[in-house]
Amino acid sequence: MLDNIRDLYQEVVFDHNRNPRNFRVMENANRTVEGFNPLCGDKITLYVKIDDGIVSDVSFQGQGCAISTASASLMTDIVKGKSEAEAEHLFEVFHRITTSQDAAINLDELGKLAVLAGVRAYPARVKCATLAWHSLQAALKNQTSVTTE
Amino acid sequence: MSNYDVQALRRDFPLLHQSVHGKPLVYLDNAATAQKPQAVIDAIEHYYRQDNANIHRGVHTLSQRATDAYENARATVRRFLNAAGDKEIIFVRGATEAINLVAQSFGRTRLQAGDEVLITAMEHHANIVPWQMLREQLGIVLKVAPMNDAGELLMDEFAALIGPRTRLLAVTHMSNALGTINPVKRMVDLAHAQGVPVLLDGAQAVPHIPVDVQALDCDFYVFSGHKLYGPTGIGVLYGKQALLESMPPYQGGGDMIRRVTFDKTEYAGLPFKFEAGTPHIAGAIGLGAAIEYIASIGLTAIADHEHALLAYATEQALTIPGLRLIGTAAEKGGILSFVLERIHPHDVGTILDHCGIAVRAGHHCAMPVMDFFGVPATTRASFALYNTFEEVDVLMEGIREVVKVFG
Repeated sequence: MLDNIRDLYQEVVFDHNRNPRNFRVMENANRTVEGFNPLCGDKITLYVKIDDGIVSDVSFQGQGCAISTASASLMTDIVKGKSEAEAEHLFEVFHRITTSQDAAINLDELGKLAVLAGVRAYPARVKCATLAWHSLQAALKNQTSVTTE
Repeated sequence: MSNYDVQALRRDFPLLHQSVHGKPLVYLDNAATAQKPQAVIDAIEHYYRQDNANIHRGVHTLSQRATDAYENARATVRRFLNAAGDKEIIFVRGATEAINLVAQSFGRTRLQAGDEVLITAMEHHANIVPWQMLREQLGIVLKVAPMNDAGELLMDEFAALIGPRTRLLAVTHMSNALGTINPVKRMVDLAHAQGVPVLLDGAQAVPHIPVDVQALDCDFYVFSGHKLYGPTGIGVLYGKQALLESMPPYQGGGDMIRRVTFDKTEYAGLPFKFEAGTPHIAGAIGLGAAIEYIASIGLTAIADHEHALLAYATEQALTIPGLRLIGTAAEKGGILSFVLERIHPHDVGTILDHCGIAVRAGHHCAMPVMDFFGVPATTRASFALYNTFEEVDVLMEGIREVVKVFG
């Protein structure tokens, strides 16, 4: 009945929504960002620990839809251990594949993030997928809050 | 009910007959905006094809026809609300603009620092933010009457909040997020007993409840055309004539003046004083056509049909495990707002869309209501005159599918 919706709601998304990774408060974070999507009310608090230019730890708390929770969970998994420059690059790649209809998707570069490329077909849901990433970018720029609208 | 032929009425709405994601469209987002009957589309088309001209100023034939059509629409609105006169009907862009007009024209000239405006816990942002802006401008105090867990106003607390500094009561006739219909006649009487004027936000109420502003005795009544099967960009401010006459203009420009020199301007009388610039002529004509269309069916018959749909939908929804209704007032209009355990409304909305079902998922421009119920958002199905019991069944199947997909 709902075959094509599985392009958006893949098993990986359900898995990360049910059991989000790195879903915790980080006491010793040196960057904390409050991310907010005023259109849908999704909220995220992103905790980042940066040591010598490396994202040594990243975690989050918040409430949102399955897409937003899974995206945040996947993001924390993939950026942990990356350099700030690598994390910034991943933000740009993710932003491009979720917002540009014709962007080629390099699956090797994206790894598990590729499951969220399906959100491109749902313009109303793109902000759900990008909230965590905008919060990460804000953390890299040493900002404390970000709003997507 | 037996005479209510919903299938015949559906044929009046061309938009309803289409597929979305390969499924027949089930349009249940009527509290956001209602679809338009052919009669409204025809009235707008006729105006643009035959009568288009500016109003109140041309001596030519088309201008006279356009003026007549626009003023006839005003008379239609006056009859619809049972206002005492056409001068009491001001065309605006929508309920939001009407409330802003009252806040800035009535509020800014009548209120002082420390004066109070009383609203309720179930208001739409359109009946919160204009008063907060006035608070910033004047230092007024905004008081909020509380509600219970069903989404019903606590009348004793409400009455106690009307005090010596209360200058205006501004309250929704029917909540867009919860469906609650407020006991507005009692509220008006309580406010008037202490000399407090009352604004009623009828954006949700007018498609469902016959409104008689003289019987209610409210001082202002506002609504939008597009939720009443009319066009967007047109709405109405009703105000008692003496009150409107005492208020300064909201915007300056053409059409609202009697005489202008560089030293001084003499304003036009009602209702033109509040209609600066060329108005949404086609919109007013379309709204008039919408009201005539509704009158041809009968608002009471429509309300009965919608209540039957709501009762059926409520009964069915409660059989779905993990579903919690948000808004369970004894007096409710055709709004079914709900949350599903561990499933976010946006996911519900996207999956229902794939079943061809249009619902609203979000905070419904009523974030304080969401905070009160401790939810970030709800899914809302809202019923109109053309919805069917079969569509309620499709909705319930869709919700069960959501629950299944999310396991």
